[in-house]
Amino acid sequence: MTEKDVYLSTFANLEKVRGHAEPSWLHSLRTAAIDRFAELGFPSLRDEDWRFTNLAPLVRIPFQPAEPAVLEARDVAQADRLAYAQANTHRLVFVNGFFAPRLSTLGRLPDAVYAGSLAQTLREQPEQVEPHLAHYAGFDDHPFRALNTAFFRDGAFVSVGAGRVVEEPIHLIFISTAGHEPAVAHPRNLLVTGSGSALTVVETYLGLGEGPYFTNAVTEMVLADGALVDHYKVQRETVQAFHMASLQVQQQRKSTLSSHAITLGGGLVRNEIGAVLGAEGCECTLNGLYLGTGRQHLDNRTTIEHAMPRCASHELYKGILDGKAHGVFNGKICVRQDAQKTDAKQTNQTLLLSEDATINTKPQLEICADDVKCTHGATVGQLDPESLFYLRTRGIDLAAARSLLTFAFANDIVERIKVAPLRAGLEDYLLASQQLAADRDGKEEA
Amino acid sequence: MLTIRNLHARVDDNVILKGINLTVQAGEVHALMGPNGSGKSTLAGVLAGRDAYDVTEGEILYQGKDLLDMDPEERAREGIFLAFQYPVEIPGVSNTYFLRAAVNAIRKSRGQGELDAAGFLKLVRQKLKVLHIDDELLKRPVNAGFSGGEKKRNEIFQMAVLDPKLAILDETDSGLDIDALRIVADGVNALRSADRAMLVITHYQRLLNYIVPDRVHVLFDGRIVKSGGKELALELEEKGYGWLEETASQPQAV
Repeated sequence: MTEKDVYLSTFANLEKVRGHAEPSWLHSLRTAAIDRFAELGFPSLRDEDWRFTNLAPLVRIPFQPAEPAVLEARDVAQADRLAYAQANTHRLVFVNGFFAPRLSTLGRLPDAVYAGSLAQTLREQPEQVEPHLAHYAGFDDHPFRALNTAFFRDGAFVSVGAGRVVEEPIHLIFISTAGHEPAVAHPRNLLVTGSGSALTVVETYLGLGEGPYFTNAVTEMVLADGALVDHYKVQRETVQAFHMASLQVQQQRKSTLSSHAITLGGGLVRNEIGAVLGAEGCECTLNGLYLGTGRQHLDNRTTIEHAMPRCASHELYKGILDGKAHGVFNGKICVRQDAQKTDAKQTNQTLLLSEDATINTKPQLEICADDVKCTHGATVGQLDPESLFYLRTRGIDLAAARSLLTFAFANDIVERIKVAPLRAGLEDYLLASQQLAADRDGKEEA
Repeated sequence: MLTIRNLHARVDDNVILKGINLTVQAGEVHALMGPNGSGKSTLAGVLAGRDAYDVTEGEILYQGKDLLDMDPEERAREGIFLAFQYPVEIPGVSNTYFLRAAVNAIRKSRGQGELDAAGFLKLVRQKLKVLHIDDELLKRPVNAGFSGGEKKRNEIFQMAVLDPKLAILDETDSGLDIDALRIVADGVNALRSADRAMLVITHYQRLLNYIVPDRVHVLFDGRIVKSGGKELALELEEKGYGWLEETASQPQAV
């Protein structure tokens, strides 16, 4: 039995269970996906794109499909704390990849705005989903997306009508409960925003319990003309978790995307974000923060495709690695022939706090147009000596100055978060991780 | 309060300070002028404890203690403050958080209780007004996106909050227009007291119209070549630094 076989036979069993409950186009899609996975298999270290990430620990575990679980009250409270989701926000909760309506709350949403279970939408209004599903996150070259497409049970479907502004953020919370048997969940999300609409969405992934488990998530997002999306992904899985995630965004004319990926947990993590700037005048900001310690392996990969003229993209990925943690950053920018007046900037900075922490960082630029501005920079190293000296001349001792600057390095990303409770919560997390005093009572902005 | 004896210092192989002698008493404001490369910033750096500088000879006594034996944070806790010529930007930490941490570090070393956020704001409110600093600026990351004038005002604001015994102002006037200069000077003057000493390092005489010194020293090629009252600054302004070359060989006044 090869490592693939577990998944292939699981698929066959699921087919029997699902029968013809799903629309035929979805059935075909799933079949194509599993067939493609069978052809591709899992990536290996010999694949250029996976050169620094060893998947053997994940591949050797025969993960079974995760089952729904009922959470105890204290687990729900714990999840809320970890997600920094306030009591009265819009929240869709999924447990082990299954929608948990009793844990979810939706406040008043404007008309023509829908947020709910993808599986339910596929049952009741599949025509909303069909034009988009798997159109952006293709699986031709991508075994994990192929697996997700073949196996997903549920996830979030959010649709925002033209001109509608969703004032409050929508939280999508994915909770995994580790059980006796290692299990895998494949959350699948689809976010469709209409012309001139505005949406803030926070995806949080967290794990409860002991034992290995695998989250294989795919989120597709499409921004119509002039749409404005503020997206956050916070990953707080346990250190025994395997987390493979893919976000793929398609941007239309003059749309604006800002996405922040905050990676705090997970044992073996790969976070891929791809954005296609498919029309003129798009703005795309991809920021990320990864904090690794112990033996965590945190791999972040971004791909921005400037297909059309006059688009601007900015990336700032920062990492702090301690212990024997291993970080990987690969930022690819493609500027196609028609994409004149492209403005692309990419920066990756990593702080290594221990001798054994390592980072592999690789920017990749493919520039096929001639009137573009494209800069990239990667630094690996230590805290700025001038800043350390400045703090010491104000009476802060060396150890405290190092803690403060380490906090500041990470907070540079966190302070860009526009969702106040999320920003405040993560700031507290960072302060605590450096054993610094809380700043709570001074905070007026909320 | 401060006694510098025969101070020699260098950066790598460059000898910059070649025997500085200077005494500053509490309550006094001393100005230190000199052309570029004369060693003004080096002296400020040595006093604050920058490790880029090697002291090869001489001693510095601060309140009777060996200053060169102290870490930068110890010097700050003993009451020394350096207003930087080029204050660094620190994204990710707000001015408030940073300054409160500094205040509390110093208070702790003096056996005083730490201030919470409310207590800190109370302490700084009045001082913010004197320096025309908006509350909003406090919430922003340290010096991030600040104009030159804002950075310098922030230095003097920190000085006002930290209440040092010896303040060293390293070219605080560089890059400032007249209005900013006035605000900064007012802030500095508000801190003059019998318990406090100041060393004002400047390239131009103009600042000294606003912060009137008790003594003026002129640094040239790593030595103090001339000292005098405030008129010396005016004389220097008139005659230029070239005039010093003649005076360089003469023994220095104390």
